[in-house]
Amino acid sequence: MNVRSDFPLLVNNPGLHYLDSAATSQKPKIVLDALRTFYETANANPHRGAYALSVRATECYHQARIRIAEFLGVRDSDCLIFTRGTTEGLNLVAGSWGMANVASGDEIVVTAMDHHANFVPWQALAMRKGAKFRVCELTPDGKIDLEFLSGMLNERTKVVAFSHVSNALGTINPVTEIARLVREKTDAIIVCDGAQSAPHFPVSFESLGVDFYAFSGHKMLGPMGIGGLIGKREMLEEMPPYQTGGDMIEFVHDDRTTWNVLPHKFEAGTPNAANAVGLAAAVEYLDNIGMENVRSHSRQLMAEAQKRLEAIDGLHIYGPPASERSGVLSFTLGDVHPHDLATILDGEGVCIRAGHHCAQPLMRRLDVPATARASFYVYNDESDIDALVAGIMKAREIFGYVSA
Amino acid sequence: MSQPRTPAEISALYQEMILDHYRRPRNKGLLEKADASVEMKNPLCGDEIGLQVAFQGNSVCDLKFSGRGCSISQASASMMTQLVKGKSTEEIDAIRERFRNLMLGKASDEDDSQLGSLRALSGVARFPARVKCALLAWNALESALAERSS
Repeated sequence: MNVRSDFPLLVNNPGLHYLDSAATSQKPKIVLDALRTFYETANANPHRGAYALSVRATECYHQARIRIAEFLGVRDSDCLIFTRGTTEGLNLVAGSWGMANVASGDEIVVTAMDHHANFVPWQALAMRKGAKFRVCELTPDGKIDLEFLSGMLNERTKVVAFSHVSNALGTINPVTEIARLVREKTDAIIVCDGAQSAPHFPVSFESLGVDFYAFSGHKMLGPMGIGGLIGKREMLEEMPPYQTGGDMIEFVHDDRTTWNVLPHKFEAGTPNAANAVGLAAAVEYLDNIGMENVRSHSRQLMAEAQKRLEAIDGLHIYGPPASERSGVLSFTLGDVHPHDLATILDGEGVCIRAGHHCAQPLMRRLDVPATARASFYVYNDESDIDALVAGIMKAREIFGYVSA
Repeated sequence: MSQPRTPAEISALYQEMILDHYRRPRNKGLLEKADASVEMKNPLCGDEIGLQVAFQGNSVCDLKFSGRGCSISQASASMMTQLVKGKSTEEIDAIRERFRNLMLGKASDEDDSQLGSLRALSGVARFPARVKCALLAWNALESALAERSS
């Protein structure tokens, strides 16, 4: 795969080795062009005017929804609610379904590997409702402990939330298997954080077996500030609005208001039409590469990087074997703090993430304050691995490790 | 975009003295009897510091730090404890201000002998993302002094 030339930021910075796509991806030119074209040819407030330009903006927004829904295996595109990203999508479920359906004494289950975005909204909901907030433990190699999970589930369980792929470890969780387990033992809703799966392999919402799936556009080559929540129609229709205001209403009287139909009921205010159009261009781009190719490219690079990093004395890699991970490599190097490592790698033009990866409960269980994380995507290649390895060797040298 | 760091900037950041204080921190541990105790965390990177201070009159007669973090935060804490021991709170306030200015790039105090070994941290100013690491211990000390005066 050789697509680096499609990404203006990478073209403008030939010495840059961008290995932080799990945080946010770079954007191909066609996405940037799509944003510009929308603003230059179709910009008006959608769903408002009787004039042709507004109709055009509405149509662009509508088509973008259909295209993105198709990409994620959703036939009924009204069940794709546009949000700012995964965080807002998960807060939508917690704030709407959760506030309406969770009561004192109920139980909410998340896992110890969840991103704060799929942890804190549920913890906050549990505290407001007097529900019990329970955290499923992990196996020593960083997978959801299915036996532990099974033991937690009971008739009081109202919500089971977990990530499709761990952003901190790269663990790919067996979503359908977990969903089956939850259905067998509970009537809970199943909420899946798809921030790290939608960008990296083919996802079909309808075959996952979950009730809700949230994702972020900016991690999958799209613009920042757009993402989505997919839900089952019957549940979305039952749920109260999340935010109120323009666009989401049907009739507003002095004493009452009725709601608009899906998806508009959950999209108060002027929609983010331009970024939806940009995200549609991104999924078109990904489909042209082919999501199977995207998956094998990132995983191949990750596995190759793992092989080379494992050979470095004092380097420790976290998480399950490469075959069970997405394109994420989380590691530490001796007593070199990950922030020092990231700074030294920056000196070599290598961008990695250092920190708790918005997963403090996980870091506590790994008993590290932070890890370094390299993540791979379509525009990365062997030269990025070379630079990563060279940077790590440089860090060893600065910190006075003697090479074996 | 800001350019990637040069190797010279990296070498200036990771001076031997900083690595020495990171690996062999001075005044690390707990005081038997402290007049002020402060805990501070940097939630962004997980750096943690606990600082205990004992006073005699208007001066800091002893202090120790605990916690964990990157080389910059740990070295800064270690060097700080050496530098301020025995100094009056006014003297410490003045040093802290000078060090802060050095970190924020507001002053070129690299030759300021009052900063002692802290001058080894002057390279941090070129790394805005790391300035907070260098200032963590000093923020804790400021709180400890405030705790005592209140």
